[in-house]
Amino acid sequence: MSTLLYLIPVALFLGGISLVAFLWALRSGQYEDLDGAGERILIDDEEPKKPATPKRR
Amino acid sequence: MSCCAPGAEFDATEAAVPSDEELLLASRSLGNGKRQVELALPAVHCAACIQTVEHALFELPGVEAARVNLSTKRVSVKWRDGQLPPITSTLTRLGYAPNLFDEAIAGRDGTMSELLRAVAVSGFAAGNIMLLSVSVWSGAEGATRDLFHWVSALIALPALFFAGRIYYRSAWSALRHGRMNMDVPIAIGVTLAYAMSLYETINHGSHAYFDASVTLLFFLLIGRTLDHMMRDRAREAVIGLARLAPRGALVVAPDGTRDYRPVEEIQPGMRVLIAAGERIPADGRVLDGRSDLDRSVVTGESAPVMIARGDMVQAGTLNLTGPLTLEATSTATSSFLAEMIRMLEAAEGGRARYRRIAERVSALYAPVVHLTAFVTFLGWMAWGGDWHQALTIAIAVLIITCPCALGLAVPIVQVVAARRLFEAGVMVKDGSAMERLAEADAVVFDKTGTLTLGRPRLVGAERIDPAVLGLAGSLASHSRHPLSLAIAAETDGDSTRFDDVTEQPGYGVEGRAGGHTWRLGRAAWATGAKGDGTVLARDGVEVARFEFEDRLRAGARDTVAEAERTIGPLEMLSGDSEAACARVAASLEIERYRSGMLPADKVARLTELSLSGHRVLMVGDGLNDAPALGAAHVSMAPASAAEIGRNAADFVFLRESLEAVPLARDIAVRAGRLIRENIAIAIVYNAIAVPVAILGYVTPLIAAIAMSGSSIIVIANALRLSPSREMKAETAPAATVVRATRPA
Repeated sequence: MSTLLYLIPVALFLGGISLVAFLWALRSGQYEDLDGAGERILIDDEEPKKPATPKRR
Repeated sequence: MSCCAPGAEFDATEAAVPSDEELLLASRSLGNGKRQVELALPAVHCAACIQTVEHALFELPGVEAARVNLSTKRVSVKWRDGQLPPITSTLTRLGYAPNLFDEAIAGRDGTMSELLRAVAVSGFAAGNIMLLSVSVWSGAEGATRDLFHWVSALIALPALFFAGRIYYRSAWSALRHGRMNMDVPIAIGVTLAYAMSLYETINHGSHAYFDASVTLLFFLLIGRTLDHMMRDRAREAVIGLARLAPRGALVVAPDGTRDYRPVEEIQPGMRVLIAAGERIPADGRVLDGRSDLDRSVVTGESAPVMIARGDMVQAGTLNLTGPLTLEATSTATSSFLAEMIRMLEAAEGGRARYRRIAERVSALYAPVVHLTAFVTFLGWMAWGGDWHQALTIAIAVLIITCPCALGLAVPIVQVVAARRLFEAGVMVKDGSAMERLAEADAVVFDKTGTLTLGRPRLVGAERIDPAVLGLAGSLASHSRHPLSLAIAAETDGDSTRFDDVTEQPGYGVEGRAGGHTWRLGRAAWATGAKGDGTVLARDGVEVARFEFEDRLRAGARDTVAEAERTIGPLEMLSGDSEAACARVAASLEIERYRSGMLPADKVARLTELSLSGHRVLMVGDGLNDAPALGAAHVSMAPASAAEIGRNAADFVFLRESLEAVPLARDIAVRAGRLIRENIAIAIVYNAIAVPVAILGYVTPLIAAIAMSGSSIIVIANALRLSPSREMKAETAPAATVVRATRPA
């Protein structure tokens, strides 16, 4: 019985973490482009680097 | 570059691409010296596309950031205020012709993220409460059970407020307007289940329905979220299509200065410059210039019309060959377009009265359920007189009949059906459109732009001497007139070099080669004698004559035959001339057609049909069809339709083929059948469960099993809507909007 006193809060806490994580992901726009996220894995290089002074080349 | 060279597939004519001025009008300032614009890019569809577009834009001077969203097929570009980077020209050169879209329609209303948050919260609550409930069902007793109930009550309360408010709001607004919807019994059932369980918990009772009320919300919210997702997706695909109405025009002030102004600011009396390839922003009179005008979108006429000084032009028509100076005779908001919008709004009244299947069922269902619960309460009061027991059983009846399966029965099928349609390149506005399409028993087609592509095609090219044809092709390639494009499309041209090529707007093209003057265009102009038609003339002598016909949309013949067979009587209503209509009707074997119809005539004909008991499916594209699209029982438009037509239509098909019409009908009919099956399943479930509940044998465990079981059966049944044969055959990308008729 006494184990329940900490097991229930622990269970709720762990569930709560995932809930908060989901809400955070939603808010930060990670669900805005699900198709794009999958395709972007295939792009090799990093974000293009802007030349220090534009159009030097 | 196998999949990422869409240039040849897309009609990248200059008319479709927004000008830099339009882009600037559409962009918004971010405040910190930066501007941002969002553009629709219907052609992006893979990782290479993302990379190409982002890199190219990022390389432009002044651009700070460019981010492609593949799901919505858009790109968002940020640049430092001042010089506008050549965004549209860069994208067009890469083969990704951009479109502007209306921010007002595209604006995210936040409903989607609210629904997702509600799903997350109710899912969290449902999972945790179910965990505690299973412990209770497996034998927790006394203080442990009470503790579990209390914890459940605490978790359920915020979930009910947060996730349940969507239902409370909808139920309340329905009740306030004296209507009944499925959300009313849901809201009442969930609330009563919670209240009774709280009472039981306080009094150390053994039966609490916290799990039932929250799980119910969770399931129903999933259905609702999917439904919303499908409509969002369809809407975003449609608003990303090319705009036909211009956003602004070059206005000449009395002192001669030129200024690009948004269309809303154009007033009667203003002088407006229209370049070749631009659309007319407001009704006006031609002050100067001569050109050919493509009025197909506005009136349904397939052949371009020659206009000159003094002629009136209507908003929305396309200026083909020469620059024009207009004097606006009306504001953009009181022009022909605005007139169409008013007619459309007047015509749409009838459709608003349509009641969806779910509404009709719930109007019957909710009173029956509430009455049953009430009678149960009275019955148990009369039998034992124990009000607590009577109330508990009555609420158990409400919980068990709470329309979980019924609430899912309709949306789940429609979500699956919309998904199938989406894969086939057909966008559906909402579920009610699908129900109405399944009911249609008559079809009306527009001609120009719907049965045909609204683009001429050269006929009998094989009868013309190839050498002459090649020569004509070379000369035609200097012009953007649709007939010239049609000739150029038939031939690769030859090596003849023409000098001094000039286009005479309204007449044709003239060029010099080998000491001769060649003219391609109107017979009267080219030969200097009387005559009709399009000819090629050498030094005023006719060498070849060209005949054209409007190109039929792919699959038009099969579609007409199948629509007549599966839906019902078929008609063609067109604003075009009798001769053009007769030709198309003959080649498609359409028996009934009417030509020279004005927009009001089309609406009148549809009203006539509906008064004679028909439910008409209208397929049309032009501005002149928009009121008719609104007046019909259900309507479809191709992606190439005018914006107002696309917005008025229930379905928009993105591929060129007209086979989308029978396909959508087929899916709508099968979806309708599945919906009725699902409702039948829900009723059978209730017929079994309700007597058990009335007799007082329902426990929270039985309720949980019964509700989940029925929901799963309903969802499984919806998934039976398998892809049909036609869709497997079609593998072209859904974004293939308009194919170019000339070699790219």
